[in-house]
Amino acid sequence: MEEQVAAYVARDQKPVLPPPPSEHGPLAIVRKNLFATPVDAVLTTVLLLFSLWAAWNIIQWALVTAVFVGGDRVACVTEEGAPVGACWAFVGAKLGQFTYGLYPMGERWRVDLAVVLLVALAVPLAIPRVPYKRLNALLLIAVYPFVALVLLTGGGFQISGGWIAFLFILAAFISATLARANVTAPALLLRTATIMALLAVAVLLVANILSSGRVTFLVFRFSVLSGVSCLFALASIGASTLAAVRAGAPRATGPAHILLPPAFVVGLLIVLAGDFGLRPVPTNLWGGLLVTLVVALTGIAASLPLGILLALARRSHMPAVRLVSIIFIEFWRGVPLITVLFMSAFMIPLFLPEGVSFNQLLRALIGVALFSAAYMAEVVRGGLQAIPKGQYEGAMALGLGYWQMMRLIVMPQAIKLVIPGIVNTFIGLFKDTSLVYIIGLADLLGTVRRGFADPNWITPTTAATGLVFAAFVYWLFCFGMSRYSIFVERRLQTGYSR
Amino acid sequence: MMNMLIKTLLGSAFAAVVSLPAAAATLDEVKERGALRCGVNTGLPGFASQDDQGEWQGLDVDYCKAVAAAIFDGDGSKVEYSPLSAVQRFPALQNNEVDMLARNTTWTMNRDTALGLNFVGVNYYDGQGFMVRKDLNVTSALQLSGATVCVQSGTTTELNLTDYFSANNMELNPVVIESQSDVNAAYDQGRCDVLTTDASGLYASRLELANPDEHVVLPEVISKEPLGPTVRQGDEQWFDIVKWVHFGLLNAEELGVTQQNVEEMLESENPKIRRLLGVDGSFGEDVGLANDWMVDVIRAVGNYGEIFDRNIGPDTPLKIQRGMNALWTKGGLQYAPPVR
Repeated sequence: MEEQVAAYVARDQKPVLPPPPSEHGPLAIVRKNLFATPVDAVLTTVLLLFSLWAAWNIIQWALVTAVFVGGDRVACVTEEGAPVGACWAFVGAKLGQFTYGLYPMGERWRVDLAVVLLVALAVPLAIPRVPYKRLNALLLIAVYPFVALVLLTGGGFQISGGWIAFLFILAAFISATLARANVTAPALLLRTATIMALLAVAVLLVANILSSGRVTFLVFRFSVLSGVSCLFALASIGASTLAAVRAGAPRATGPAHILLPPAFVVGLLIVLAGDFGLRPVPTNLWGGLLVTLVVALTGIAASLPLGILLALARRSHMPAVRLVSIIFIEFWRGVPLITVLFMSAFMIPLFLPEGVSFNQLLRALIGVALFSAAYMAEVVRGGLQAIPKGQYEGAMALGLGYWQMMRLIVMPQAIKLVIPGIVNTFIGLFKDTSLVYIIGLADLLGTVRRGFADPNWITPTTAATGLVFAAFVYWLFCFGMSRYSIFVERRLQTGYSR
Repeated sequence: MMNMLIKTLLGSAFAAVVSLPAAAATLDEVKERGALRCGVNTGLPGFASQDDQGEWQGLDVDYCKAVAAAIFDGDGSKVEYSPLSAVQRFPALQNNEVDMLARNTTWTMNRDTALGLNFVGVNYYDGQGFMVRKDLNVTSALQLSGATVCVQSGTTTELNLTDYFSANNMELNPVVIESQSDVNAAYDQGRCDVLTTDASGLYASRLELANPDEHVVLPEVISKEPLGPTVRQGDEQWFDIVKWVHFGLLNAEELGVTQQNVEEMLESENPKIRRLLGVDGSFGEDVGLANDWMVDVIRAVGNYGEIFDRNIGPDTPLKIQRGMNALWTKGGLQYAPPVR
């Protein structure tokens, strides 16, 4: 039965009409968002005029009346005294200094090479699709810093026997720990390895108190006792290796694994003490962007692992560990960075015995790293607190140990949560590096400011131009870090997105 | 660096046990190192600054080069420069991080005695001066009564200004501003008639003004700021060396020995020149240097007048007149004891 409907009721759908012009299109958007009410209209107009005026002035200063080429200050002042714009010729003339400081002209390729190596190692690590992440990270973290150190300073370090013994003892302890992973390894050999390593430590301690005769091996000068200590450490490594060889069939770590730490130490010694024909460049010649990057990257690289350890220590159930961590964090957070730098520059030399000097750049690096580690620790702790108790309990129920639980379950979640905070700290650290100017290190800002003192370039606009340039370079780096952090956040966003 | 690190970490703990040998003579240390460590200003136009190639330049820097040339047979490039801030300079010298300071340091009694420094002389007589616009037609600071004066707050400059105006019964209208660059800007915008700071700084400030040639520095200097190179107390030989390099530079100017004519002057009959250049006598050897030490110095940097003209003189952008820094024979204060 057909429905009874009045004749005037339409039976078909009317065609859809486009919205009226006042409701869509660019004009409507402008009207709705910018000129909806009289107040909006006034605000829009005023701000628009202000923006145009500001943009015009900036363009006028930075481009139209600016001077781009010239050999000295004469280029950047006008004859009749009309106001000149930016003096980019100053930046152009000093660009080498702003980048490398006083690094000798003929040796600057070494800085370039160090940067290229860094980019070549860091970029593949940052791009998720590139394979061999583990090897790449190992090269970047364990090998690159030493290569860069030798490239920048020229290498050929004189390494004392005590230091060599110390490195071999570290290697011996790691090897012994690795050997212990084999359940079937002979207990006697394992015990021998530990005892030898402990003996090496004891002899090294004695070696620092008693002075004894000198023995020279290759380029290294040993005192007799540090040499003995070194031999003990080697014996310990030998015992560990033997234990791995004798271990039964289901081997967790073979001899090759165990020999890895000492091999690394040997490689390290060759790189640091070897003579590669590079001219030594003392750190007081470094400057500009080079110093900024060295300080910032060292601070960033050191503060994250240190901060994670401190954060874990602060949440530890062991009172002593917790107390030490709290004291460390609260001390370094409680003092201004400028005080830390002043202390490192003026107080440390007073505590040191006469004749012992301590590289100024290294002092600042240590100060900056410890300072930022304290901040990083609190950021990471914030992430740890956001992890529900169930995650810990679940991990423990699976039979994971403390470090396995942290490494596999807790940290990946906690770090992901606090990426914005971590990058925030990095960016703050990057900009804080400009404070090293106060203690006489010439970072980017410091070199730019030193350029102002060159009588050949003093003009009314030199200072403004230099500072704008420095600000732009800082902005470039900080913006880059910020963008990458957003990319990582998006990639790791697996269930918290809104 | 590794070596230093372990020394520091381990050595400092046992520092009390180990007895240290007495500090060696500075001259021997410098010779062994192969370079003079010289503390300079981080940047003061005309006194210490870096040019486009990154080379250090300036009057103070030339003093470092002169001392290096005297020690290393004329090689003025064997200098490691340490740019030092005002707070850093004395600790750096006391901690043996530098061998000498040539860092526009004012010679005062406190620094000479209590701080354990020795001032070798005065390489630039500085003092507070006034700058005004040329169109004011002022020729003397005594005509400045009632003028507005831009001055940095909390400095001795401000105190000197007040003293000078009240001593001469003049009316003072100070415009006190926090930082020196803001003081310069205020003067440039015409907020005050007069700009006052140390004379050497006035010449540099003038270059930052829109039209440097419309401004003039008045001849009066109202305070004493004798700037000079400094060494540690306790090494008399080193003190003598740096002192006599300074006096040698002044004597060379007085005797007309220049970078160009120093070779000819070796044949001079003038006994004063012959003694200065080591032709007669053993004055260089007596102080621990080679006998022709002054020939090396002059070859490297020239005499005092040449150093002055090259870095801050009338032909440089700074355009500083000799004034008090002229030789005593020309009405200035620069006077050196004779070499005999």
